[in-house]
Amino acid sequence: MNWNKVYGLSLRHFYLIKSSFPRILDLIYWPSIQIFLWGFISKFFTLSSSYYNNTVGVILSAAILYDFLFRSSISYNMMFLEEIWSRNFTNLFISPIKIKEIIAALTLTAIVRTLIGMVPAALLAIPLFGVSIFKIGLPLISLLLSLYIFGITLGLLVTSGLIRFGPSFENIAWASLFFLAPLGCIYYPIEILPEWLQIIAKILPLVHIFEEMRNILINDIISYTQIFLAITISVFYFMLGVAVFYISYAGAKIRGTLINVGE
Amino acid sequence: MKLEVKNLVKKFKGFTAVKNINFNINDGQTLGVLGPNGCGKTTTIGMLLGLIKPTNGEILIDDKNFENLNREKILSQFNFASPYVELPKKLTVKENLEIYGRLYGVKDLTKRIQEISEDLNLSLFLNKKTGELSSGQKNRVSLAKSLINNPKILFLDEPTASLDPDIGDFVRKYIQDYKSKNKVSILLASHNMNEVERLCDQVIMMKEGEIVDRGTCRSLIEKHGRNNLEDTFLKLARNKNELE
Repeated sequence: MNWNKVYGLSLRHFYLIKSSFPRILDLIYWPSIQIFLWGFISKFFTLSSSYYNNTVGVILSAAILYDFLFRSSISYNMMFLEEIWSRNFTNLFISPIKIKEIIAALTLTAIVRTLIGMVPAALLAIPLFGVSIFKIGLPLISLLLSLYIFGITLGLLVTSGLIRFGPSFENIAWASLFFLAPLGCIYYPIEILPEWLQIIAKILPLVHIFEEMRNILINDIISYTQIFLAITISVFYFMLGVAVFYISYAGAKIRGTLINVGE
Repeated sequence: MKLEVKNLVKKFKGFTAVKNINFNINDGQTLGVLGPNGCGKTTTIGMLLGLIKPTNGEILIDDKNFENLNREKILSQFNFASPYVELPKKLTVKENLEIYGRLYGVKDLTKRIQEISEDLNLSLFLNKKTGELSSGQKNRVSLAKSLINNPKILFLDEPTASLDPDIGDFVRKYIQDYKSKNKVSILLASHNMNEVERLCDQVIMMKEGEIVDRGTCRSLIEKHGRNNLEDTFLKLARNKNELE
């Protein structure tokens, strides 16, 4: 791994963010809107539901964590799409950069983009709704790590599709997370799902992450087994995502789609 | 650096884009690749740059098979410019050159950027966004990017397309000067016959994925009894049977 090249490719995205104030505003805007929307909904639930009576901010915390996942995945896709939109794709892929260096650069840069949006939103929730995600404590780091790994995995899978099928796959990039959201049990416990769907849901890390978040906030209990499971499943999917990316890249070289993607 | 192509074939679903072509570019030589649109030029360049996997055949770099060489090591000695491939428009010229300099592992990058921007009259635009430049300026930036690593093999795809005659002439003169100062092998795909006559030592003419003729510009003009390369190109492009 040549970190100078990884830094070089990361710079491309930092310069892009830095060059445009509307771009920074856009990164902050959507997570903040989410906080407002779910803040009011959760406030209403808190006042009207006995289940959430003593658990102020569970929904809002779930919304923040889900948005973290959403932003990390979208950030990853966006950076790849930027190369296609700017017709820079060919230049990038003929440069002496390894695929693993591209993956590393996008992964490292995605966290910056994600945090630009998420930190202001999470801080905004404290004075506005009296909800602090930081109440989760140290396990929050593990939950965010797991979400981040899974988020970039989804990003990797979508970019694999972009390499294989070209820009027509772009719509999938936007829709990818919504496919999994119902199974992620973000805002509701897993018991809500029919039993057969619970089996499928459990093979995703999302259920374990959001169940654990509720466990901590509602019952004040930390299950390290659940956290470990969430990270392990996320890492497994990440490795799968990397493999799919390599396979798509090799397939694109055979089909000749790499040369058309950027034009 | 010498590049040799042996029996190169590329088949896509349903058709063969490149049919068993052979050519070589000797160290410091410029090879022109001519042919009508869709004749397989882009596919050939794509295979040489490692973007497309050949179905059959070999690409040899200094007599060693590209497939068996370290991809990154070889690509660090190649570069490419085309008006159809752009650099990020929102980034300044300097930022783009810095990024590609890093990706190509250029040593003393600040000095190299300064050097190449002076050579290509880009110094005044270094801090301007690439998307705000005129096509002539963008073209020079693209050329600067393609030379940032002092490549041993340079691939140029229509380097002066859509440029006015003055800037086109500047670019052609720059490539000529660069070639005389640096021992670079060049593959030039172009539809501008004057450019090909001025820059190329050898020419291959492609049609429907095949090489239909080859030689120096002068020898091809004489062989086909025409007055210039453009007429020769038209003859070859329009009627393959005339060759036989």
